[in-house]
Amino acid sequence: MRKYLASLTFLFVTILVLAMAYPIAESEYTPVPEEQEEAPLTDSEAFDQMMAVLTHKRCVNCHPSDNSPKQGEDSHPHRFGVLRGTDNHGMPAVRCNTCHQAENNSFSGVPGAPEWSLAPMSMQWEGLSRTEIAKSMLDRARNGNRSHEDIMHHLTEHELVLWAWEPGVDAEGRPREKPPVPKEAYITAVKAWFDSGAIIPEE
Amino acid sequence: MKISFKLNKSPQTVEVADGNTPLLWIIRDVLDLKGTKFGCGKAACGACTIHVNGEAVRSCSYAVKFAEGKEITTIEGLGSEANPHPVQQAWIEEVVPQCGYCQPGFMMAAAAMLEKIPQPTDEDIDNNIINICRCATYYRMRKAIYKAAELQKEAARKIP
Repeated sequence: MRKYLASLTFLFVTILVLAMAYPIAESEYTPVPEEQEEAPLTDSEAFDQMMAVLTHKRCVNCHPSDNSPKQGEDSHPHRFGVLRGTDNHGMPAVRCNTCHQAENNSFSGVPGAPEWSLAPMSMQWEGLSRTEIAKSMLDRARNGNRSHEDIMHHLTEHELVLWAWEPGVDAEGRPREKPPVPKEAYITAVKAWFDSGAIIPEE
Repeated sequence: MKISFKLNKSPQTVEVADGNTPLLWIIRDVLDLKGTKFGCGKAACGACTIHVNGEAVRSCSYAVKFAEGKEITTIEGLGSEANPHPVQQAWIEEVVPQCGYCQPGFMMAAAAMLEKIPQPTDEDIDNNIINICRCATYYRMRKAIYKAAELQKEAARKIP
């Protein structure tokens, strides 16, 4: 028994000595990073991100300043003289859905989404500055008498708007360019901008 | 998947492996109606124009799955030899075709326009008939469209 206690004491002392000789240096300790909440967007950042999308060709091509839809990465007038028509869905016998259906067509490269059409003339954005576009969006006389909330829902939920992030391929099979801000970041930015009062900055 | 629709007033059901198959391929290769033509395959030239529920549609860019429950009309169903559509009659009288390849698409587009605009002007024709004819028979087609409008008007007068 005495021999056993002596061995135990020796073992304890050895561990103590070793522990003192090789202390765990504080610098070797790697803390698990705490999850940090992202800082909320400032009004200016939210506006910048939203407008980076709304001024992109995937949006502006269907907000032309004339009666001709634009197409392609170079925003050329729609081929073969396609026109707006009185209801923004094309001419009586050449409707938008003569060619554009409810989804992209990867065989022909013709893009599609539900309610494919031009924005109304009062919502023409082609050639406008960011602040001019924002003013037009918020102007009930031009936006179809929509409230801020209506506009926010249109910008963040309407399938035709969100098509911009799933634009499919062109007639040569090349993927169309997407807006420069990811969809979720854009939606966050739009909501943040409206939540903070939809202030249009001076430019 | 099975897709059912009416083709030239006759019920049809087709079995397709891929619902995104262009309706044009089904019409030509499965249902064996060769009047509708493949031109560009990009919904640009209009050689494949048919009517879907009365509207002009480019069938090369129309997935067959969208045809479910629809009324499809091709050039074969527009009129018959015994009773041609006013557009077909006018096309014959004005001897419009040269090579003829694009003409079914033009006739379907013209018929769709005359449904909406019974007495079209030159501007209406320019804005609504945007198909492409490599033989450039545009002048004769314009004359035929005016003639078709007159034939259609006369036919309407005769209906008691």
